[in-house]
Amino acid sequence: MIRYIIKRLLLAIPTLLAMLTVIFVLVRLVPGDPAIAILGDQATEESLQALRVQLGLDQPIAVQYVDFLSQVLSGDLGRSMTSGRTVLEEVWQVLPYTLELTAAALLIGTAFGLPLGTWAALRRNAWPDYLGRIISLTGLSFPGFVSAILLLLAFAVQLRWLPVMSTATADPLRHLENLVLPAFNLGIIMAAYITRVTRSSMLSVLSEDYIRTARAKGVGPRRLVLRHAVRNALIPVVTVVGLYFGTLIGNSVLTEIVFTRPGLGKLILGALTSRDYALLQGLMVVFAAFIIIVNTLTDLAYGLIDPRVTYD
Amino acid sequence: MAILATLRRNKLSWLGIALIVLIVAVAVAAPLLAPYDPLKQNIIHRLEPPSAQFLLGTDTYGRDVLSRMIYGTRISLLVGFVAVVVAMCVGSAIGILAGYIGGLFDQIVIGVVDVMLAFPTLLLGLLIAAMLGASLENLIIAIAITEMAPFARVARAPTISLKEREFVTAGRALGFSPLRIMGVHILPNMASDVVVLGSLWMASAIRTEASLSFIGLGVQPPTATWGGMIREGFENILTAWWLAIFPSLAILVTVLALNILGDALRDAIDPKLRSENAA
Repeated sequence: MIRYIIKRLLLAIPTLLAMLTVIFVLVRLVPGDPAIAILGDQATEESLQALRVQLGLDQPIAVQYVDFLSQVLSGDLGRSMTSGRTVLEEVWQVLPYTLELTAAALLIGTAFGLPLGTWAALRRNAWPDYLGRIISLTGLSFPGFVSAILLLLAFAVQLRWLPVMSTATADPLRHLENLVLPAFNLGIIMAAYITRVTRSSMLSVLSEDYIRTARAKGVGPRRLVLRHAVRNALIPVVTVVGLYFGTLIGNSVLTEIVFTRPGLGKLILGALTSRDYALLQGLMVVFAAFIIIVNTLTDLAYGLIDPRVTYD
Repeated sequence: MAILATLRRNKLSWLGIALIVLIVAVAVAAPLLAPYDPLKQNIIHRLEPPSAQFLLGTDTYGRDVLSRMIYGTRISLLVGFVAVVVAMCVGSAIGILAGYIGGLFDQIVIGVVDVMLAFPTLLLGLLIAAMLGASLENLIIAIAITEMAPFARVARAPTISLKEREFVTAGRALGFSPLRIMGVHILPNMASDVVVLGSLWMASAIRTEASLSFIGLGVQPPTATWGGMIREGFENILTAWWLAIFPSLAILVTVLALNILGDALRDAIDPKLRSENAA
């Protein structure tokens, strides 16, 4: 087990390096001079040159690349050019909001997606199946901000059940109120994915011999599904949830904008609009690290669900 | 033919096709269908709710929402279609090349492709669009780049097995150039997979276009785009519900139609699922 975890972590290193390289190249592909982009066309040549030296842009590209890698690997993700704080400080401030939103969305997605997908598979080509398929296809078709706006219009503007804007509050109940709509917005899309994968995964598991054997031995329908089928059907679901994490982050950007919530998404948009390339680059590194961590955790989770997965 | 047969059985796919035909017709006939000029400002009639005169209401400049929505169809379809075609051509060319050449080149390409797949499409699109600057061409380029990776992957895998097959060896023995072997002998074997993937990714491209326009990185105002209209609606969400809701529904219906069709097509060409559809 320990050996497997170490091996898996070692495997993440080349992926991290590749991601860092892609980020480096992407940020350097910006047409035009970042110094001009930051200071504007009116800036004097001296101040431009000073900024280039400060940003290390006067160095050859290979030197910049090595500098970038060694800085990132030693935990220095740079400093925001607008606020002056380090990228890690900026991220640390809003991370709880994003993590809370993501966790709530995962919970909602699983709570709705798993039963709906299982039900659809058990009643294949009957109305629960069609219902599940239509719901999941509709959920998959929503761009994150469209569903967010529709939810906002329905529950905050028309029904007035929930606040339109999230405001910082120490009251835990109010805090939860602020979380409900954004979490459901992401949760619906998540549930759509999970329903779909659970359905097709259950369908293939249910047609396997061991299920027939269990049925022949007189295992009741409830136990058959919950104890025998679901556990095996869960493996692809975990994979998809892990893979979907990236999309979840992408959608959370839009969700945070619509519900005026602080978070990583808000931070990245702010960096874009103020052309804060240092912050942007640092944030991309943070996202890359996140994705790699989640992928590694997903791999480790297989062993918990499926005892046949051996760690070597 | 198998595709046609499956489409005939899958009734839902006809709904998708009908909707897509309708949406394309709206885009083509926009000048005939729109009751007003989408850019014409009419300050006397600003922020009017839906009425007999303005079926879907008017926006903050008194422009007709219905007309703007009809013209917005053009941008969404144009960006979605062109971006996917570019991603499809470049992506599958890269994939075939990587699979055919193999070795270190293949390793590097597949490494980059995996990294790009790991990044959220929207974040990557956001980054590229922000760097290039907001314009129609840049929007298409940004979306095309973010969607290349899946096409490269889908084209690479069959190439690796196809290049060992007799007809490719025979072609090589006959002295055909590698370009001809890849284009004439390998490409047609995966064309249907690539096209089906295209219809699913076009849905995603339209979603990304709308999202980027919503953030303000898309085609700039006053041009009517669905994402841009929703942004204006969002800014007036407390007073004018009609601004956001109609373009939202337009995006939803378009993406849903493409997803339904893409799903049906994928089922049709996947022999593993064919029996399931027949049932």
